[in-house]
Amino acid sequence: MAERELKPADEVPSRAPRARPGVGILVRWESLLVVLLGGTIAYGAAVSPYFLQSTNLFFICLNVGEIAIMALPLTLIVVTGEIDLSVASILGLTGVLMAELFKHGWPIWPAMIMAVVLGAVLGAFNGVLITRLGLPSLAVTIGTLTLYRGISQGILPTDTIGGFPANLASIGVIPIPHTHIPYSIAFFAALAVVFAVVLHATPLGRAVFAIGAGQEAAFFAGIRVKRIKFWLFVLSGTLSGFAGVLWTLRFASARYDSGAGLELFVVTVVLLGGISIFGGRGTIAGVVLAVAVLGCLQTALTADLIPSQDQNIVVGALLIASVIVPNGGDLYRRARVRLRSAAARRHAAAAQSEGS
Amino acid sequence: MTTLAEDRKVVEQRRSSHVVAETLFRFRELGIVFALVVVVAATTIDNPNFLSASSIQNLLSGAAIIALLAIGETIVIVTRNVDLSIGSVLGISAYAVGVVYRDHPHVSMAVVFLVALGIGLACGIVNGAIVTIARVPSLVVTLGTLYIIRGIDGAWAGGNQVNASMLPESFNKIGYGTVAGIPYLGIIAIVAVGIATYAMRTFRTARDFYAIGSDPAAARLAGVPVGSRVFLAFVLSGGIAGLAGAFWLSYFGSVDAIAGVGYEFQVIAAVVVGGVAIFGGSGTVLGAALGALLLNTINSALVVVNVSSFWSQALAGGLLLAAIAFDRLIALRVAPALRTRRRTRG
Repeated sequence: MAERELKPADEVPSRAPRARPGVGILVRWESLLVVLLGGTIAYGAAVSPYFLQSTNLFFICLNVGEIAIMALPLTLIVVTGEIDLSVASILGLTGVLMAELFKHGWPIWPAMIMAVVLGAVLGAFNGVLITRLGLPSLAVTIGTLTLYRGISQGILPTDTIGGFPANLASIGVIPIPHTHIPYSIAFFAALAVVFAVVLHATPLGRAVFAIGAGQEAAFFAGIRVKRIKFWLFVLSGTLSGFAGVLWTLRFASARYDSGAGLELFVVTVVLLGGISIFGGRGTIAGVVLAVAVLGCLQTALTADLIPSQDQNIVVGALLIASVIVPNGGDLYRRARVRLRSAAARRHAAAAQSEGS
Repeated sequence: MTTLAEDRKVVEQRRSSHVVAETLFRFRELGIVFALVVVVAATTIDNPNFLSASSIQNLLSGAAIIALLAIGETIVIVTRNVDLSIGSVLGISAYAVGVVYRDHPHVSMAVVFLVALGIGLACGIVNGAIVTIARVPSLVVTLGTLYIIRGIDGAWAGGNQVNASMLPESFNKIGYGTVAGIPYLGIIAIVAVGIATYAMRTFRTARDFYAIGSDPAAARLAGVPVGSRVFLAFVLSGGIAGLAGAFWLSYFGSVDAIAGVGYEFQVIAAVVVGGVAIFGGSGTVLGAALGALLLNTINSALVVVNVSSFWSQALAGGLLLAAIAFDRLIALRVAPALRTRRRTRG
C-alpha cells in the first residue's frame, strides 16, 4: 500500500532491466557519481586555492557528518519503499532533551544516552503507526516532523542551552588526533561498513530488497515485512538521536530549530546515492559517494561565497535531478513513441487527404 | 436458546456500532463542527471574551488564508499526490506583491493580484510538469521545489522587508476590513470554498480528480487523461497559493524572506483533519476548510487558556496523526459493515 502511494499517480513506472553487461559499468549510477564528484572537486579547486589542501578535508567532512549518519538508515527505509521525513525533527528534539537534562543537573554521559534512547522511542512511534496501524509512512512522518519539532519548540521556545563540558564539546570541532577526519565522519565510516555488509551480504539485507521489490511476494516468501520495517524506523530514530547528540556538541548549544530543514539534505543524499524512490534498488556505496559529493559541493559553494539560502536552491535542484535522471531512458522512449505515433497520424492524414 | 439470543444481541450491538462508525465516516464535516463547538464552548466557559465579536473576526481572518491554501492542497491530495511547496509559493508571491507596491505605489489592485496569481501559476506549472512528464513522486519534487522557491525568495529578498507603510490603504483594508461584522478575508474564503465545493461535486474534470485518486490505473483505462488532470491539480494549487500570498500580505502588513515558512504542514494538517484521505480519492473542500478553522480555533483557544502559542506546531502535528489514525480505525470498522450490506443487497 505504502509502495503504491509513492508512485506517480498516473502510471506504475516500468522497472527497466539493468543495462547490458559491458555497457553496464559505464552507465552505472555509481560511475556517474564519481564523475560528478570529480566535477565538484574541480569546481572547488577552481574557486579556492585552499580547496585541495588536506586540512580542508576536515571541513568538507564536518558539514555532512550528521546528514551522512542519518542517511544510512533512511537508505534501508527507502529501499523497502517507505520514507522517513522526521529525521531532522528527531535530531532537534533529542538535542533539546539532552540539553534540558544537562541543565537540570544530569551528568553529560547519561544525558547523551537518554537522547539516543529518546531517538529510538520517537522512531518506534513512527514504526508503530506505520506497521501496526498500516498508515502511509509519508503522512505519518510529515505528522511527526511537525509534532517533534513542535514539542522542541514548546519545551525550548526562545532560549538556547549551552555550557557543555569542553572536552566533549570539542569532539564536534576537532579532528581525530593526527588525522584530518572529524569524529562524526569516523562514526559514519564505521556504520557505513556495517550497513553495507548487512544490506549486501546477509539474509536481512536481501529481505529488505525483497520487501522493496514487492511487499506481498516478500510476505508470502516468509519475510516478516512489518517487523523488519518497524525495526528500520527504530534504527532511523536511534541514529537520528545520535546525530542530534553530535550536532548539539558541534554547535555547543541546543535550540528548538537545530537542524530544521535537514531532511532535504538527508533525502537528497539517499536519492542522489541511486536509491530508487520506488524501492527495491540501491547500494550503500552510492550513498557514501553521494555524501562525498554533497560535502564537496557545500564547501565549494561556501568557498565561492554563495550564501546558504542559495545553496538550498542547488541542493533542491540536485534532489529533483536525482529522481528525474534515472527515469531519463524511460522518458526518452515515451517521447519517441509519442513523436512516432504523431508522425504516423500525420502521414495517415496526409495519405487520406491525397486519396480523397 | 439463550446463547442464540445473546448472539443476536451481540450482532445487533455490532451493527449499531457500525452505524455510528459509518455516520462518522460519511459525515466527517459534522464531526468537525461538533469538535469546533466543543472547543469554543469549553474555552468560552474558561474565558467569556473568547466569543467576543473581535475575537471571532480574528479567528475567521486567521483561518481564511489556511482555508484558501487548503482548497488547493485538497485538490492535489485527492489525486493521490501532495504539494509541499505551497508555503514557499505563498512567501515568494507575498514578497513580489510587496515589491510591486514598493516600486510602483499607484499600481492598480488588479495588476497586483494578477502578479500574485501569475507567480503561483508558474510555480504550479513547474511542479505539475515535473510530476507528470518525468513521472516522479510529487513528494520528492515538491520537497525540492519547497527549498528551491524559498531559496529564490531568500536570494531576492535578502534582508529586506516591505512594511505596511509602503502598501496602499485600500490594499491593507482587505486584511482588516469588515462587512456587517464579517472580515473581508472570511468572506473571500467562504466564497472560494463555496465555489470549489460546487465545482468539485459537479464538474467532470473535478470528478476525474477523485477517479485518479481512487485508482490511477482504472482511471486511465476509463479514459481519464490522468497526466493532464494531475498537472491541472498542481497548477490550481500553485495559483491558489499565489493568490493567498497577496491576501497574506494584506493581513500581516509586512513581508520578508521567511513569510509562510512551515505553512505547508499547517495546511496538510488542516486538510487531513478535514477528512481528506491521504491516499487520495475522497474528501471535500468544505471539510478541509472546516479543518483549517478548527486548527486555528484550537490555536487561539490555547492562548486563551494560557498555554504558550509555541505549542501550536506540536498541536498541528498531533492532530494530523490523530486524524489519520482515526480515519484508519473508522475505515477498519466500516469495511465489514459495507461488505455485509453489499452481500444482503446483492
